[in-house]
Amino acid sequence: MTIFHYDKTFEGLLTAVFDAYNRKTFPDRLLAIDEPNPLFVAEMFIVVTDEDKSKRVWKGLEKKLAHNTCNMITYAWLSELQGSDELIFRYIQKTFDNKQSIETNFADDDVLQLKKLAQKVNHERHRLIELVRFQKAADDIFFAPVSPDHNSLPLTLDHFTDRFADQKWVIYDTRRNYGFYYDLKTVTEMTLDNTDLFPKGKLDENLMAEDEKLYQELWKGYFKAMTIKERINLKLQRQHLPKRYWKYLTEKQ
Amino acid sequence: MKAEILDKLKTLAESAKYDVSCASSGTTRKSIPGGIGNTAGWGICHSFTEDGRCVSLLKIMLTNYCIYDCAYCINRRSNDLKRATFAVEELVELTIEFYRRNYIEGLFLSSGVINTPDYTMERMVRVIKELRTIHRFNGYIHMKSIPGASQQLVHEAGLYADRLSVNIEIPTEQNLKMLAPEKDHESVYKPMLYIQQGVLESAEERAKHRSAPRFAPAGQSTQMIIGATDETDKQILFTSAALYNRPSMKRVYYSGYIPVNSYDSRLPSLKQAPLVRENRLYQADWLLRFYEFKVDEIVDDKNPDLDLEIDPKLAWALRNPHHFPVDINKAEYSMILRVPGIGVKSAKLIVMSRRYNKLKSADLKKMGIVLKKAQYFITCNELAVQNVSDSSPEYVRRVLTEKKLLKGKENPNQLSLSFD
Ligand code: SF4
Repeated sequence: MTIFHYDKTFEGLLTAVFDAYNRKTFPDRLLAIDEPNPLFVAEMFIVVTDEDKSKRVWKGLEKKLAHNTCNMITYAWLSELQGSDELIFRYIQKTFDNKQSIETNFADDDVLQLKKLAQKVNHERHRLIELVRFQKAADDIFFAPVSPDHNSLPLTLDHFTDRFADQKWVIYDTRRNYGFYYDLKTVTEMTLDNTDLFPKGKLDENLMAEDEKLYQELWKGYFKAMTIKERINLKLQRQHLPKRYWKYLTEKQ
Repeated sequence: MKAEILDKLKTLAESAKYDVSCASSGTTRKSIPGGIGNTAGWGICHSFTEDGRCVSLLKIMLTNYCIYDCAYCINRRSNDLKRATFAVEELVELTIEFYRRNYIEGLFLSSGVINTPDYTMERMVRVIKELRTIHRFNGYIHMKSIPGASQQLVHEAGLYADRLSVNIEIPTEQNLKMLAPEKDHESVYKPMLYIQQGVLESAEERAKHRSAPRFAPAGQSTQMIIGATDETDKQILFTSAALYNRPSMKRVYYSGYIPVNSYDSRLPSLKQAPLVRENRLYQADWLLRFYEFKVDEIVDDKNPDLDLEIDPKLAWALRNPHHFPVDINKAEYSMILRVPGIGVKSAKLIVMSRRYNKLKSADLKKMGIVLKKAQYFITCNELAVQNVSDSSPEYVRRVLTEKKLLKGKENPNQLSLSFD
């Protein structure tokens, strides 16, 4: 068995592809730098992440694949699911090894799996766009905590900067403890030192803007009034609005 | 804004909620400098109520006072109901503040009729005009046009709204007149025509110069109440098909009648809204819009009502077994689309993938295509199951419905919209 160790970054993964073609040995497993080797290792190689190499691999992919497919690879990477890096590696290898494009050959398991993974992440991206709830803070910044399963928050930034271009906002991934701040001009990545500002997903009342509580009440009242009792269907509600999202939903708090 | 607003909001939301349309789709618009919001093109749902319906727009009435007495409506003047009216500014502020918190995609404004249709319409137009011009609100706006409103006001509304709608409510005029004596189909079809005219004219103008104003870029929609009157599904679907033939008609909604005024003897006494039938109508509607079906393939004089037990695509296939089995590796896309259990996405996947290799049933399964229904209507290289032409439509129908009975507790409330 051939093992590559790398730093578990996307650039690292692309570098691994580059090195594999250079050495003409291809890994059966991709492990983190500090991960122990399995028992029967025939060959072991440590990848040193290299910006230049990773860029060249990416350029090669952009030449061979549709723009959309390149996005799918990024999405699959952001899934952070175990084994997604090995899947991406195999997908890239098949892309380079085949003259004909493999992109729509869904009878190939790797092609199908990559598509499915990308769809999962894209689905969550949509969910975030729908379910982010801003609370207005006293300093006029609109604040929203989220905790997505995948690292899909960065994929929503285009949407939110366009839609809420004239208000300052922060969207914060509490699971990965990082977020993004938009200051009316640009978006910057940020990390909060103090995450006690929003116990239970709600902004501390002292930090809320004056009318924030009122609007939360109005929204809750509206939400309740919209239910048609003759059609109650909690199963259907939960299907569309899985419980794990309720924590940060104003109308469910 | 004062707390009494909460009271108004609840009252006017209660009154508005029976209109089933909520879509925010059909316009893609980037933000504008100094403005707030954009529209996404795909309908965004921001929440789901306990009845499982999508909350996309702030669906609200300007007022629930009404001079009319439509039998099927909770707001009819003879109902003893809590009434309220929003001031224009109140509604504008609510919309913007909800929007900024990402609660909604925009506003869906309707209203009871006060004084005259035009008087009402004029105030509604003021709300959306202020949103667009003073507050530079760039999110989605759906406005319901009041039956009987003048062309001029409909036209003005179209300059600010993304979508306009006029509800037919009752599929035949005779029944409409029975339940809503103050209305007729002309008062509905006229504003529909005004909207269509506005959409077409604007498209023509904009083809000449891009700066010409847009008119209801997401077109129009309408709604029919199902089960309050005795129309057959054939009458309903033929009406829908005729409407879809018009250039600007984007959606017809079906709203299973909820007995809000059970005291009125002109209405049937139902224990429960006809939700299964409503679901079947939506499925038939999908066949019209996305599956290249003609309306008389779905309902005809022999089959004036949809089969409640099986979906309309399966029903069509069982009536037409001579079209099957379909060869997955050779048949045209449009025929694959007609296989029960295969939806648009699956049909596309099949057509793309079969260029590489011959597909076998295992490949279909891997692609996530559910073969439960489809297996009786297709052949791939090796599929062994009896198909509909070897056995009989009756047999296939029996196996497909029997399984359901075995599971036993099929709850009509829990049908989902998709049938593929
Ligand atoms: S005009 Fe509209 S609001 Fe008034 S009673 Fe008829 S349906 Fe209801």
